[in-house]
This record gives sequence, structure tokens and C-alpha cells, in this order.
Amino acid sequence: MLSTDLGLDTLPKLLIHNAAALGDRPAMRHKDLGIWQAWTWAQMLEEVRAFSVGLAEIGLKRGDKFTIVGSNRPRLYWAMCAGQALGAVPVPVYADAVADEMAFVLAHAEVTLAVVEDQEQVDKIIAVADRLPYLAQVVYDEPRGLKDYDHSRMIAFEDVRSIGRKKLASDPECLRQWEAGVAAGKGSDLSVILYTSGTTGRSKGVMLTYENTIISARNANAFDRLDQNEEVIAYLPLAWVGDYIFSYVQAYVAGYCVNCPETAETVVQDRREIGTTYAFAPPRVYENVLTLTTVRMADASAFKRKVFDFFIAFAGRWGEKILDGEKVPLTVRLLYGIGNLFVYGPLMNQFGLSRIRVAYTAGEAIGPEIFRFWRGIGLNLKQLYGQTEASVYITAQPDGDIRADAVGNASPDVEIKISDSGEVMFRSPGVFAGYYKDPEKTAEVLTPDGWVHTGDAGFFDPKSGQLRIIDRAKDVGHLKDGTVFAPKYIENKLKFYPNIREAVALGAGHDSVCAMINIDLTAVGSWAERNNVVYASYQELAANPRVYDMIARHIDEVNRSLADEEVMAGAQIHRFLILHKELDADDGELTRTQKLRRGHIIDRYSPLVEAFYNGSTEAQIATEVTFEDGHKGVIAARVAIRDMKPYPARAAKMERAA
Amino acid sequence: MRAPSSREAALGEVLLAVENVSLSFGGVNALTGVSFDIRKGEIRAIIGPNGAGKTSMLNVVNGFYQPQSGRITFKGQVRTSMRPHAAAEGGIARTFQNLALFRGMTTLDNILAGRALKMRRGFFWQLIRHGPALKEEVEHRRRVEEIIDFLEIAAIRKIPVGRLPYGLQKRVELGRALAMEPDLLLLDEPMAGMNLEEKEDMSRFIIDVNQQYGTTIALIEHDMGVVMDLSDRVVVLDYGRKIADATPGEVKRDKNVIRAYLGEPHGTSV
Repeated sequence: MLSTDLGLDTLPKLLIHNAAALGDRPAMRHKDLGIWQAWTWAQMLEEVRAFSVGLAEIGLKRGDKFTIVGSNRPRLYWAMCAGQALGAVPVPVYADAVADEMAFVLAHAEVTLAVVEDQEQVDKIIAVADRLPYLAQVVYDEPRGLKDYDHSRMIAFEDVRSIGRKKLASDPECLRQWEAGVAAGKGSDLSVILYTSGTTGRSKGVMLTYENTIISARNANAFDRLDQNEEVIAYLPLAWVGDYIFSYVQAYVAGYCVNCPETAETVVQDRREIGTTYAFAPPRVYENVLTLTTVRMADASAFKRKVFDFFIAFAGRWGEKILDGEKVPLTVRLLYGIGNLFVYGPLMNQFGLSRIRVAYTAGEAIGPEIFRFWRGIGLNLKQLYGQTEASVYITAQPDGDIRADAVGNASPDVEIKISDSGEVMFRSPGVFAGYYKDPEKTAEVLTPDGWVHTGDAGFFDPKSGQLRIIDRAKDVGHLKDGTVFAPKYIENKLKFYPNIREAVALGAGHDSVCAMINIDLTAVGSWAERNNVVYASYQELAANPRVYDMIARHIDEVNRSLADEEVMAGAQIHRFLILHKELDADDGELTRTQKLRRGHIIDRYSPLVEAFYNGSTEAQIATEVTFEDGHKGVIAARVAIRDMKPYPARAAKMERAA
Repeated sequence: MRAPSSREAALGEVLLAVENVSLSFGGVNALTGVSFDIRKGEIRAIIGPNGAGKTSMLNVVNGFYQPQSGRITFKGQVRTSMRPHAAAEGGIARTFQNLALFRGMTTLDNILAGRALKMRRGFFWQLIRHGPALKEEVEHRRRVEEIIDFLEIAAIRKIPVGRLPYGLQKRVELGRALAMEPDLLLLDEPMAGMNLEEKEDMSRFIIDVNQQYGTTIALIEHDMGVVMDLSDRVVVLDYGRKIADATPGEVKRDKNVIRAYLGEPHGTSV
């Protein structure tokens, strides 16, 4: 293992070490003008060093905060390390954040310098410049469209780099000074501030030290035996802790190669060209791919569909056993081999997953069907449970012990306990140093003896010993009659249907549970096409009675499965509606990581909530929407409400019978 | 650090001048004595109600139509009419009102087709695809990839254009025109049939082409908002005659233009 050597306690130190130890191995690739461009560790050090010296020349100092905004490009990753080498702290911001959100973070973190991708981000910063008193310089990577801008406080990435190169060439002392600066960094130094999107209120800046992230990364690499031969693709938001650890820290610690896609739309194709070996994605990604496959197969010829269905069903029954190395009959192994040749292999190849050794899903619960599908066709998909406050890793599933309904055992060096109120708590070397400029919030979450409240309700499954997460602790409520109501648990069950994209379950403090549904336009659109249902917009499709019938069938199935569970039987869905618009982060209904902002949704759709509980069969709603360009408009609609028939609680009955 | 408030176009010398051009089809006068010029580096709009002769004007400029009278001066060379190949070789590229792409070919191949005039090696060299021919192809491909990057169409590089939505096809067609590295780019209704977002994207590309490559652009467009935002100067045609030629602001206030677009009030003499 690399980097277990003492002394490599910061990322810039690791970079210098890797450049010497792995000099000619690829460190990063980027597809540019249709061709993969590669940088070795030695070349990457040269790039980072030149840019770093350039940043120092334009005024970045130890202790300064600087932001990184843009898509996954090598230069933005380099900028993080370049600033860290000077002792400055990166504060990455989500590239799709609207100007207002960006202004909050940049002002709160007292950011003095911004490294951004392109004109779009520059324009956002200019729009809120009067609220950013500390911001002195903007460095941009892509010069397009910026030629006529006032450059008094703006400079191109290339210019900063060439300032650095010139300085390094002309001043022999400069290199020594820069290296001395890197050596002065300590593991306990603040390395990054990551603003969590927060499902309630303003986001909080999670401070992580080098030790937090490097020890976590080292443990994770050891856990999954990741080394310098891995290939990963960096496509998740730079400002998300997952990408920071996975595409940056773990890569520096293990010495593996990070590949940046050409554009966000070409990720699947690019992944296929690279053949990544390690993957990390929210369930949504696995869901979307499966939905896409199902939709395409529905259009295939009858013969192909039959073959596909047969082998997928077969994989569902045997695939996981084969993956886990259990004993199976020879005929099964043979048939699975044929399936692999004609169905599983090509499918995995199509999505660039042929070489994957380890794939993780995290962030949200994943549907058991989706999970089983992927594992069945041979993808070593595992779950992990993590948080920004933990430098990601809290629990992870080891190879061969995978369950759809649990998130695994405690990761190396992590202690977990369940508080009296049912909340999951942990303590680990990855525990964050606090929320930036927010000691009150820090005190709420971090106990004096180092335990962190996750805010999630969960328990250890007595059968498997693995942790199970039910819901956000604060979201777990009760119906009027005292029945436990875990909205996310119900929503997840609903979202496992490809036709349902998003669901909001309501019920805390009411008599019964009701649900608002967002249909999935791809899946339902394809169904509409096959069934000659004509529609012009999402709104029209959503209001179609036949779509209502379809969703009602899904909800009926969910109710039946809830009836089987002792605790949840009382929380069956009594009424539902299909929302007239898709929930969107731009309207504040979802976070940037696509999680529901429940409180906001309930406020926004209060007329619908009211209608749920006063027995109306339809309700009028008008909502303001924000378009991509920032324009606002109003969408109004009459939304129909359907009643459902709940099932008697079966589990309870059986108990009585016994 | 401030976005430029208005476009300060560095208007250069006259690139193309049309003098007294008249064009008729049988008894129909499509153009009658039209004169105007296009200066280097500007975005020039040609507007007018339906049937005003806008597309005819573009067709005269790039040699599709031969006018009955008048003169065309392009890059200092005086002609009574253009020839299409002379226009293309002289650096005039265009896009069409109704797309004219090779629908079965990929985006990449369509744009590469725009390089045809730049290919120096002959058919047999290309066939061998070795040595100088290969080197040349690599160079062409690089230019095409730059355009793909510029127009943000990397994701559709290998997709046959017939399968693309209309807005993207328009973008591919612009890409093919750019592949010619034109001095003068003629765009015939680049925004037709697009939604607001696609229009904004296309406007941005047109401005970027003009700024980054310094390409002179003449465009026909119906969307007045787009015309007013993009162009430096506007020619207004009505029934084949020029009725105005000024900056967007002036044209908007011009009485003749308002009359041509809104019609004349009934019952009053003008």
C-alpha cells in the first residue's frame, strides 16, 4: 500500500509523493475534442504546482477560502490541490446552484477567490457581486464569451498558470519556498469546507481536516482493496462529499486514475470507453439505467423480449448466489453462462460496467428489485451509508454479505450506536471539525465526546447484524391514532415503480396517510406511446385518468405490502393525487442532491393537503415556477384526488390467530 | 469584472456591397433596385414581412439566383452576379430555411462534409488514406472537433442527424457552415421553429461565432426580439424594395417599417 508511510498527511504531500513513486502512471484523463488526453502523476504535479504558484502571485494566501464552481474538469480538481498547497481552503459550490444560493455560500465562507468553469458561472458571480465584499479575483477556465468582460478582477486559468511557470523558471528560490509551504501543512489542518444542501433551511459548511478525509479514504481503499490500477469516472457534483472523497482523496491515497467525461451527457459512453473498475452512484443512476433498458426492451421484437425476460428472471433467481460464490447446480451455472453471453454481458458492456469490481450506491434507499436486478446480472453492487459529517463512510457492505434492505456493518474505525430515541449515532476518525461559523448547530450535532447525531432513525437488523435506516428521525411522526408514520419508508416503496419518479407521503398529525405523486415522464411517456394516449405536456399526461388508474394499481400493491408489516400496517395510503408539475430543485422543492424538502412542499401545496383531508375529489392549485433562465411563471391546474381501499393489517391478524 | 453592457462591434470596411439589384421571375418582381452593404465583422439582419424578398436576397448574394440587373462587389471584386462555387470558394457559407442536411449521416460526417472545399488531396489519395492524406484528415477532424466543442454537440457526435430533434439539427447545420471557415455567414431563419430556450442558445452561438472567429454574419429572422438584440444594422425589405436601412433602434421607430408590418389604417389617407 502506498501512502501509509508517515508524513503523507495532506493531499499536496501525497501528490508530490505520487509524482515520485508513480511518475509515469496516468493520474487523470479528460476527453477533449473527442480524444482522451492523459496526465501522468508527474505531469499533474507540474500543472498543480504552476497553477499554485500563480495563485499565490495573484494574492491567495494561507487560511484564505476559495471556491471552485463547475463541472468535473481536471483543472478544477487541480485548482483544489493548488490552493491547498498554499494552505488555502477550497469551498466547492454546486455548478447548478442559482446565483442566490451561490451568494450565500461565498459570503458566509468569506471566499476571496473563485475558480470557475465558464461564462455561465462568471455571470452568476457578477449578478451577486455586490453581496460578496471579500471576493477579489475570479479565475475562469473556459474563455469563450468572456473576451469583452472587464478584466480588472478576472483572469484566465492559463494566464495564472503561465504566471506561475514564469515565476518558477525565473526564481530558483520559488520552488523551494513552494515545497516548504506544502511541508508546513499538517494533517489536522482544515482541508475543505463542503456546504451540505440541507433539507431544511440554509446550508451548513461542514469543515473537514486532511486527517478526516485521508484516514477515511485509506480505510475505504483497504476495505475494497483499491489500488493504483483502478479507473473511475468523475461525474458527480464537485461540491458533494462523495465526489470529493472518491474522485480526489481516495485517488490520491491509492494512486488511481480519475477520468473526466467530455460532457455531462456523454458519461455512459465515456465510461464505456474507459472501462471503469470502481463506481459510486446514487440509486437514481441505477434506476434510470434500468428504466431506460425496460423502456427500450418494450419496443424490441417479441422474440428478443422473451429471451430477455427469461434470462433476467433467471438471473433474479440465481445471479446473486453465483456472485456471492455460493454452490449452485452445474446446469444453472451453464445456463447463466449462456445468459451472460447473450444478455448480461452485452447489457453490462452497453452501460460501461463490464470491468467494474466494486459498485456502491448511497445517499438514498435503493429499490430491492433494482438492487437485485443489477446484482443478478453480475454487478457487484453494494450499499453504503455515509454523511458529509463523517467524510462519507459510516457503514458499508463487505463483498459476499449484501442485503437490499440494510446498509452494512460499521466501516473500519467507525463506532455506531443507536440512541434511546432511535437515532443512529457514530464516532470515527472521519468526524468533521464542526460547521463553519456555526457553533450552535455544531453543538446540536456533535457531542463533546465525539459522537455525531446523524438525524436518521435506524436499528440493527437482528438477523443480519447490519444497520437498517428507516427515515430521517425528525420526519418519523405519528398519525392521530398514534400509528408510526415514516414518510420516506412509504415514498421509497412507491418510487421503486419505474412509473413513479417522486412521491410525497403526508399524514403526521392527521387521520390517514395520503400521497402526492410525480410520474416518470420517460416511463409513462413510453407507455402512453404504446397505448395511443396523446398528450402535449407533463401536466396533461399527469391528469390522464388512465395514468391515474395505473398509479392506483401501484399504490394498491404498496398498501398490500405495508399491510404485511406489523408496524406500518396502519400507515397505508388512503388517498392520492398526481401533481401537475415535476418537483424541481429550482423551485426549492428538492435539494441539489434531489432530496425532498418536505416542509417547503407542504407549504407550497397547502390547498392540495387541505383537499386531502376535507374529502374533496379535486382541488385547484396555482404554483409559481422558476425556469432555467431565471424567469418566473405560474402553472395552474385542477388536480383530481383518488380514494384507495386499505387492506386489513395481516401481520396483526396472524398474531391474534397464533 | 463586469459584463459588457452593449456589444461594441468594431465595424470594418465593406465586405460585400449589393447595388441596384433587381430580380424577377416572369412577371413577378422579387427584388427591385435593392442596394445595401455588409461591413466586415458586423451582424447584419435582413427583415421584412412574408414574401418581401429576403431569401431571394440571400440567394442572390451566394449565387443561387442570377439577378437581371445590378452589381455585387465582394472583397473588392465587382460582378454582375455571383456563382455558387465562386461564393463558396470566396468564403461565403450559408444555412437554409428548411434544413439541408444529410439525414442518414452522423453529426460528425455532416460537419466534415463542410470541409470538402478545404480538402487538398484528391479522391485517390483519400482512398489510400495514408501519409499526407491521413495527415490532412487528422487536421480536418481536429477543426471539426473544435466546432463540435464550440456548439456543445459532443453528445450527438455519432448520431445520424435524421434522429435528432429539430433544434439540434439547426445547430448541426450551423456547424457545417462553420466548417468552411467562412468570411461571410448567411443564416436563413436560424431560429425558425425553436422554443425560447433553443432560441437563446442559438443567439449565444451566433454572437460567439461573430466574436470569437470574427465572422461577418448576415441573417434573416422573423423574431424581432432576436433581431433587435443580435444585429448591428438592419435592412428592411417590403415587396422587393428596401424601405429602411439603419440600426435596430432606428428601424423600430421608422414609420415605413411600422406601416409595412402593421398595415395601413383604413379610411385615412397617408
